Amino acid sequence: MFKRLISSALLAGAAAGLIAALLQFVFVQPVLLHAELYETGELTHFVPVDHGEASGSGHDHGAAAQTPEASGSEAAGSSSHAAHPGIDFARDGLSVLFSLVVYAGYGLFLTAAMALAASRGVEITARQGLIWGVAGFAAVQLAPAFGLSPELPGMSAADVVERQIWWLGTVVATAVGLWLIAFGRNWAFWGLAVALILAPQLIGAPHPDEFFGPTPPELAAQFAGRALGVGLAAWATLGLAAGWLWSREPETALAPQTA
Amino acid sequence: MTLSTPAERAGSATSSLGAILAAALLGAALIFTAGLAQSEALHDAAHDVRHATGFPCH
Repeated sequence: MFKRLISSALLAGAAAGLIAALLQFVFVQPVLLHAELYETGELTHFVPVDHGEASGSGHDHGAAAQTPEASGSEAAGSSSHAAHPGIDFARDGLSVLFSLVVYAGYGLFLTAAMALAASRGVEITARQGLIWGVAGFAAVQLAPAFGLSPELPGMSAADVVERQIWWLGTVVATAVGLWLIAFGRNWAFWGLAVALILAPQLIGAPHPDEFFGPTPPELAAQFAGRALGVGLAAWATLGLAAGWLWSREPETALAPQTA
Repeated sequence: MTLSTPAERAGSATSSLGAILAAALLGAALIFTAGLAQSEALHDAAHDVRHATGFPCH
């Protein structure tokens, strides 16, 4: 059973990871690279742009105030046009690799949860898998994003370890809450589920004392929306694939392990 | 689901619980490595994916 569990999970994870990577390159990466120009000071926000001139033609007073290293350079200015940097094979190759690793990990969790439900008599199909995938998205991306929106490079943020602890706690509490909503048998379970899902949001995510990020809010908002959209697409794929792969051999799922 | 006998189900419950736990542990290891580990090299390599998938990054 372990072998079958692993192979379903990794196949589903590969499909989701590839789709996530592809969508990331088309929709998310341009916003991210654009934001890095602000992070590194190549572009500056809040510089008065004279629309009579070509943008990026140097506004030294603004640039000097915000980014000392850019003062006197030609690059200062604010541009709403996304950068088109082309493909960086090393960087983008690593992104594909880690996208596969992340969704393989999520696939293993999702398939393990499906196997646990199946062992208790819950039917798992491709259609059911889609719901599982959307629930996984809610637990792993939507719930954390409710407190800590997907971070654009350069955004100011609280201590990374504190945020990771909150992130992990939120994912676990939301996942357990969703499980109780799905499989709980009475109001006590459902009440506990609501409390678990609300608790991390009521406690609140760690945020910095002041906001000082150099990136424009327009970019950050676009990034957050797109990151969540790509996440939903990838998780829907993950659930659909995991449910479908699981349902292909339902009888071996419950058979005693022989290997 | 209803085709297996109670004995088979009991037997499979033990073995499958182990397999389920092992799969979940492996998944946790992958997610920790790709998403949460703060080693400099891992952070740099996984940087774009961490941002795009909503992990706390820097």
